Amino acid sequence: MAEHKHPNYMAIFYYLAILTAVELGVIFLPISKFVIAVLLCVFAVWKAALVAMYFMHLKIETRTLGLIAVTPLVIATLLVFVLLPDGFAVAKKTSDDKKVAAPAAAKH
Amino acid sequence: MTAATAHGAAAIEPAESPLTPESWGKLGMWIFLAGDAVGFGTLLAGYGAMRATSADWPNPYEVLGINLTAAMTFLLICSSVTMVKALEWLSRGDRNRAKMFLLLTAIGGALFVSLQAYEWTHLIHRGLHINGNPWGASLFGTSFFLVTGFHGLHVTAGVIYLLATIGVVSRRPRPMDSYNFVEITGLYWHFVDLVWIMVFTFMYLL
Repeated sequence: MAEHKHPNYMAIFYYLAILTAVELGVIFLPISKFVIAVLLCVFAVWKAALVAMYFMHLKIETRTLGLIAVTPLVIATLLVFVLLPDGFAVAKKTSDDKKVAAPAAAKH
Repeated sequence: MTAATAHGAAAIEPAESPLTPESWGKLGMWIFLAGDAVGFGTLLAGYGAMRATSADWPNPYEVLGINLTAAMTFLLICSSVTMVKALEWLSRGDRNRAKMFLLLTAIGGALFVSLQAYEWTHLIHRGLHINGNPWGASLFGTSFFLVTGFHGLHVTAGVIYLLATIGVVSRRPRPMDSYNFVEITGLYWHFVDLVWIMVFTFMYLL
């Protein structure tokens, strides 16, 4: 209990700073928007994992705490797919309304 | 119950493995953070779904400008480092250095919220409102203020929490008495940093 091991915090700090700089650089790369989006997601998860593992000590905690930490991530990811159909339905309705409104407006 | 009897009880029931051997407080904070993460996850998932299905979503990094926000991100990462440094000094028994680093962390947080207030003022003057904006989908403003506001609220609460933690470190007789308390405060603070990493990527860069 008295002996608390501390990881090399400064190394993690440089790691995070470099990853942030790389993230900012990636936006201006002359590659497709989709690849940029995937890269940015990868870097975000990478940085978040570094913070959780070393600053929040998850690496040296019990497995159960790790499971508690991962659960919301899974829920949020699933939620995107749960919400997408709703979004598409609204988008479709909006464009349908426009199609109906357009001929009506033309008559005047 | 004293530590000795707690240790004895654990020795009698080896089959019962505690979730976190050091404190229930830590487990409590993790469960709270998991709940909070679902809150942020919901907001970000909703943002993603609205944006994916919108035809005229503005390009965030052109509208919002990322220079200031990148600096804010860096500031929050720095404040996470001062937080772990406080914990490190506390474990070495140096209470004053630990308190100084806790104060630095609180100042970093306060500075972050101030910069956010500046950013909001600037964006509102340029026409970004909660119910509309000159660049496209009105939900852009709604989601922007909701998510960054919710996060700013967390940072504000974190600054108050940090100042209270300095008080606890001062009051307890020995430096190690408050080690656990400071570690739990740190969990909250790093979580706020972690959420900002996500918000920065999804709402500013993408």
